[in-house]
Amino acid sequence: MMPRPDVLSLPELVNANERLVHRGRFLTAVMRLDIGAEAYLISIDHGRIAEVRKGPFVMPSWTFGLSCPADALARFWQPLPPPGFHDLFALLRRGDLTLSGNLQPFMANLLYIKDVMASLRSPKETA
Amino acid sequence: MRATIESITGRYMRLDYKGREHRIYFEEAGQGIPLVCLHTAGSDGRQFRGILNDPRITRDYRVIAFDLPWHGKSSPPVGWQDGDYQLTSADYTDIILTVCRALELDRPVAMGCSIGGRIALHLAMEHAEEFRAIVGLQSSAHVHPYYDTTWLHHPDVHGGEVCAAIAAGLVGPNAPDAHRWETVWHYMQGGPGIFKGDLYFYKVDGDIRHRLSEIDTSRCPLYLLTGEYDYSCSPADTLETAACIPGATVSIMPGLGHFPMSEDPEGFIAHLLPVLSEIAHR
Repeated sequence: MMPRPDVLSLPELVNANERLVHRGRFLTAVMRLDIGAEAYLISIDHGRIAEVRKGPFVMPSWTFGLSCPADALARFWQPLPPPGFHDLFALLRRGDLTLSGNLQPFMANLLYIKDVMASLRSPKETA
Repeated sequence: MRATIESITGRYMRLDYKGREHRIYFEEAGQGIPLVCLHTAGSDGRQFRGILNDPRITRDYRVIAFDLPWHGKSSPPVGWQDGDYQLTSADYTDIILTVCRALELDRPVAMGCSIGGRIALHLAMEHAEEFRAIVGLQSSAHVHPYYDTTWLHHPDVHGGEVCAAIAAGLVGPNAPDAHRWETVWHYMQGGPGIFKGDLYFYKVDGDIRHRLSEIDTSRCPLYLLTGEYDYSCSPADTLETAACIPGATVSIMPGLGHFPMSEDPEGFIAHLLPVLSEIAHR
């Protein structure tokens, strides 16, 4: 099993990035993230990550959802992801990523959401 | 203050195409064998700025990049407001041949990327005698739809922002930042519904899987170059296409994505130079 980052660290990672928060300033929503059998509810408030809760949940409400096998996301989060794994839409193209719920806020804030997900990626090692 | 004036010249041509007057913008630089460059869906000829500015290329080639109607600085035709834009194989082929003839180009090399790489296959199949060689970048015979393109032209989603977000992911992860964001910026500037209209050709109308064997590379050499990180037209898609075309030359470019000439001009040109040299010496 490939190591993968802690989704619970999202508030710290995203909220420290002023430019990213600014890009998402019109988005207030709950994003559900399913990584294999693990579920998370990520509350976004005007681009800031207000809260991340880890499942299991009883009758959760959410706006839109992303679901992906753990191994594919682990590759996505590698410092230099391999071809086919470097972008959310690469995972979509592979059939690994499944989208659900109301996709209007997802598509309207696509670059923001891609970067929120990529913020969990470990930085590339510099020589 | 110091300024560098590039050697690229930009001009407009007016021509009749499909019974309507069009105003087409094109840029060119260099002299010699005409090299006509075809941009990707939803973008424009600025993608070829690195090619147009490289003296190693312009020494032997007259590089020409035109903006398709509705793209970049080319206008949509008069009356555009009365219909939706939708690119078809026939129209795409027609505008390329029309522009080449209007400029009186003698058997140019055609080099196109993505939708340009797809139409390059159509040109190789149907108009081999009019071209000296065909270079397909990110070239495949078909792409299955993998997202709903309705969102690219929808009042509840900013068109420039969503097109940019789609394009951004297709850039290779190691592309230089300046070129990455220049490439994305072009997508932010596309007209409403234009990227979507181009993708009609890419994902629906332009499917030529069943006709690839008609391409005769002895009449017109075919070179296919594909970036390793492209997931819209993946290396596997290009290799599968090439396997159906005897004599096609294939090169997979490590590290590059869907926009090689724009996202990393230097990196791409290293792969292109041997191809152009081979064509020039044929």
